[in-house]
Amino acid sequence: MLYIKCPFCGDRDETEYHYGGEAHIARPENPDELTDAEWAEYVFMRTNTKGVHRERWVHSDGCRRWFNVARNTVTNEIVSVYKTGEKPDLPEASTSKPAPAKKTSAKKKEGA
Amino acid sequence: MTEQFRTTQGSRVDRSKAINFTFNGKNYKGVEGDTLASALIANGVHLVGRSFKTHRPRGILTCGSEEPNAIIQLETGPRSEPNLRATQVELYEGLSAKSVNCWPSVNFDIAAVNAIAGRIFVAGFYYKTFMKPSSLWMTVWEPAIRRMAGLGVLPREKDPDTYDHMNEFCEVMVVGSGPAGLSAALAAGRTGARVVLCDEHPEFGGTLLNTKEIIDGKPAQEWVKTAVAELEAMDNVRLLKRANAFGYYDHNYITVHERRTDHFGPGAKPELTRQRIWHFRSKQVVLATGSHERPLVFADNDRPGTMLAAAGQTYANRYGALPGRRGVVFTNNDSAYSVAIDLVDAGMDIPTVVDLREVVDGDLPNTARKKGIEVITGSGIVATLGRKRVKGVEIATVSSDGSQVTGTKRKIDCDTILSSGGWSPAVHLFSQSIGKLRYDEEKVCFVPNVSSQNERTVGACKGSFDLQSALDEGAAAGAAAAKDTGFGKGKAPASPKALVVEEKPIKAYWVVPTDHPVGQGKRKHFVDFQHDVTAADIMLAAREGMHSVEHMKRYTTTGMATDQGKLSNVNGLAILSSQLEKAIPKVGTTTFRPPYTPVNFGALAGRGINGDLADPVRRTPMYSWHLENGATFEPVGQWQRAWYYPKAGEDMHAAVTRETAALRDGVGILDASTLGKIDIQGKDAAKFLNLIYTNAWLKLPVGMCRYGFMLKEDGMVFDDGVTSRLGENHFHMTTTTGGAAGVLDWLEEYLQTEWPDLEVYCTSVTEEWSTLSIGGPKARQLLEELAPDMDFSNENFPFMAWRDGVVAGVDARVFRISFTGDLSYEINVRNWHGLHLWKKCMELGEKYDITPYGTETMHVLRAEKGFVIVGQETDGTQTPQDLGMDWIVAKKKGDFVGRRSFIREDTARADRKQLVGLMTDNPKEVLTEGAQLTYERVNPTPAPMVGHVTSSYWSPNLDHSIAMALVKDGHNRMGQWIYAHDRGKVTKVKIVSPVFYDPKGERRDG
Repeated sequence: MLYIKCPFCGDRDETEYHYGGEAHIARPENPDELTDAEWAEYVFMRTNTKGVHRERWVHSDGCRRWFNVARNTVTNEIVSVYKTGEKPDLPEASTSKPAPAKKTSAKKKEGA
Repeated sequence: MTEQFRTTQGSRVDRSKAINFTFNGKNYKGVEGDTLASALIANGVHLVGRSFKTHRPRGILTCGSEEPNAIIQLETGPRSEPNLRATQVELYEGLSAKSVNCWPSVNFDIAAVNAIAGRIFVAGFYYKTFMKPSSLWMTVWEPAIRRMAGLGVLPREKDPDTYDHMNEFCEVMVVGSGPAGLSAALAAGRTGARVVLCDEHPEFGGTLLNTKEIIDGKPAQEWVKTAVAELEAMDNVRLLKRANAFGYYDHNYITVHERRTDHFGPGAKPELTRQRIWHFRSKQVVLATGSHERPLVFADNDRPGTMLAAAGQTYANRYGALPGRRGVVFTNNDSAYSVAIDLVDAGMDIPTVVDLREVVDGDLPNTARKKGIEVITGSGIVATLGRKRVKGVEIATVSSDGSQVTGTKRKIDCDTILSSGGWSPAVHLFSQSIGKLRYDEEKVCFVPNVSSQNERTVGACKGSFDLQSALDEGAAAGAAAAKDTGFGKGKAPASPKALVVEEKPIKAYWVVPTDHPVGQGKRKHFVDFQHDVTAADIMLAAREGMHSVEHMKRYTTTGMATDQGKLSNVNGLAILSSQLEKAIPKVGTTTFRPPYTPVNFGALAGRGINGDLADPVRRTPMYSWHLENGATFEPVGQWQRAWYYPKAGEDMHAAVTRETAALRDGVGILDASTLGKIDIQGKDAAKFLNLIYTNAWLKLPVGMCRYGFMLKEDGMVFDDGVTSRLGENHFHMTTTTGGAAGVLDWLEEYLQTEWPDLEVYCTSVTEEWSTLSIGGPKARQLLEELAPDMDFSNENFPFMAWRDGVVAGVDARVFRISFTGDLSYEINVRNWHGLHLWKKCMELGEKYDITPYGTETMHVLRAEKGFVIVGQETDGTQTPQDLGMDWIVAKKKGDFVGRRSFIREDTARADRKQLVGLMTDNPKEVLTEGAQLTYERVNPTPAPMVGHVTSSYWSPNLDHSIAMALVKDGHNRMGQWIYAHDRGKVTKVKIVSPVFYDPKGERRDG
């Protein structure tokens, strides 16, 4: 079970949250102007990232706020947590490799 | 009986405190400090069980949680517990246990004939022997196998004990309290960090309690005592005994199963919870889980009296119970020599150590030689004698590569064999944490390599088998872990000095040959004792193409028993690797998964085991009235809704017939409080609804209501409900009972992530309002009496309007909406007035014969009108058009969620499954919901399914059965006959409009 730091409430167990899929996919402004393929891309298609994946979470059993998490899908290491509307750069060290045993980088980055 | 094998001095048991117990119906005596296994051994009892498939006699093999053979059923009655390991069950007065998997008794087991017919139990026998004819599987083979191969029996009674869960945080969690774990806990504890130390045993100290190691010139157990005393004195340290860390999950989440009262005996401490699951979030973890000794794989290595060398040492040193009178030690490494020495010191006759290595010149072997123990090198046990107890061994020189016996056999009489094939670090938790392993050629074992979490592994679990390394690594890791959490400077305290005797290298030797090739004679080389998997089975699996270790595991069932292969995994994959002529690291290990040891279901359920606390139950304010008036209830999500109100002698059919008639002819009343309600406010509220619903909302006047559909972006219906405009910027939304939470989340998601510029606030008010639906031709008369100051005329209070007012003396919102097709009012009052209003309605309605009705009647009434229920008529693949509700989709208002998907090729095609009504030829026949539909009566195989029945009821008002269904191209097939299939029964049905009753809507205005 993941331990996720809500940007508004702090560290909480995964059971307080719901997953919201890949982040930074904006709803098209003018859906009518899209081809079927383009619309399908928005509605159905998501990346299947091995490594750091930016995704949305909502603190359903807490403040009910949506926010973004950058999580390594290989190790489940949470690299960054940030508010909706933001998109910070991620630390260089975040790759698909397992994280080193001792690290505190996630903590520093979470305030961003 | 007397304890013939109990020594007279030393050990950690209290010989002055006798404990009576029974095993397989016989009375024995043990002493305080014993486990069931040690007490049996003290009484000379080794035959404790039968093997799973072939029912061979089996004895106690280990002294810990890795035990594969001594699996017992503890006690009888409601507290009986199956499949416990005798090696972990602490003895208490009056304990009663019996072997599992044998009948009629462990001494005489009828199914042992399986051993003779053993050929049918080869690798993959499940897939080979019992496959054909397949008709026999359910009736003959499976029940037969279950009877024969079953383990323990679950009690049928309710569990009388209570269990609980605890959630806890700490800086440093230390798992295992051997020398490494204790050192780590001390080092971390001294920094002031919150430390948890847990161990599966009833005492802290790990292997130091089993051996005669020396620390700082004194017996190591004195150091243990001092260390534990220091830890106990620290307020920041939590010590958990009898506590198995069984799961290591993401982000240092560790679950621990603590057995709190079992050692007092069943029911002895009713004031305490019996077992507890701890949920720890630890910033840093130190794994000091030690290692398991591996058995050597030699011919007939399963005879009772055969045990792991260190287990024999433990029984003698810790419990004062000699494993036998005369034992032969069999090894490929130096550690077993300390066993031989200790056993001789304890009074056992150890004439011989048989060592597979050619050269044996370590300090321990030389000490053993000085004690008069013969060391035979380059040799192995090639056969064992005896059946229910070892009577002797045959030894001979064997080739270095394991291929054959090279010398002549020599027989040695003995009643015990102590075997050591080296040590496997207990890397289970490390692997669960997604840490990566490495194969250590020199130590012949897998060791932790790369950590994946904030974790350190120390001591034997890391492959550091000597005591000094364990102490040093523990101290270093404890201090470093604490520092990483902000406590201390990270400098390890000086660790005490252990007396270390250097050991010479182990020799990898996976299968010891016998006088016939493995698998081609009577002798069996067991790898997985509990599942009866032999070396020959693994070789056969390899020949049959099971080259992946995961395939081999499943094909042979190696490591799939209750012990999860703690002893067998490494031997099994080593044998596979030698068959494939691939290096062990190339073959790899199977995946370790939680739980490390079996966990009681009661403990997992916790307080929820007795039902009331398992899931919240939601009740409306009128619940007590429904209960007093005989309602039956139906769960809808967590809600308990009144289902129907049977009068004396009525069944559901009769009650529903009466209730539906009452509503169509007079007045009915429904508790609709469970409907989801969301208060929506803000200057952009109308604009937002316009984007979320399919229909137009901007121009809805204050005081009016509108029914709407919400779609997902794929164009499929997701929820429905009536939303009313309370003010210019204020709406009251209703949702389905089950969909309320999901809809609120949905609204929030769009507001927060797509349109944060919109100023809209959504609040769940489901439980703030009680909702009473009063419907039927006489509803208006009743309302006029209930609310004399309100105007209920059609002109001033039309359909789809709402009004504020005072009803039965309390403030109310009255909505004129209808889910029945008849004149209907929904009255919302604050929830604390709900019961009052309900009672007032019943009182004033008595003269109209007001009839309370439940969800069943509601369903019938709405189906008569063809009103859909989202989730019953829909399953997330229906557009509004599929439901025949094109009218609800605004054509000109612009974009809304899901709109673009209507012109997708798949959504726009004409032959989609569409909502229709169905009428059976025989009016009395009610179709089964879920029945599949075909266009033709007779179909090719596979039959072309064209839809299914979504709702089906008996309609008392029509005196005919009615059904709704989704049918491919249904809208174009009105009037056609199709066929409904229900488990072989075929019913001819006619496609009709789903509006069965009052198609012109004339009853709506009363």
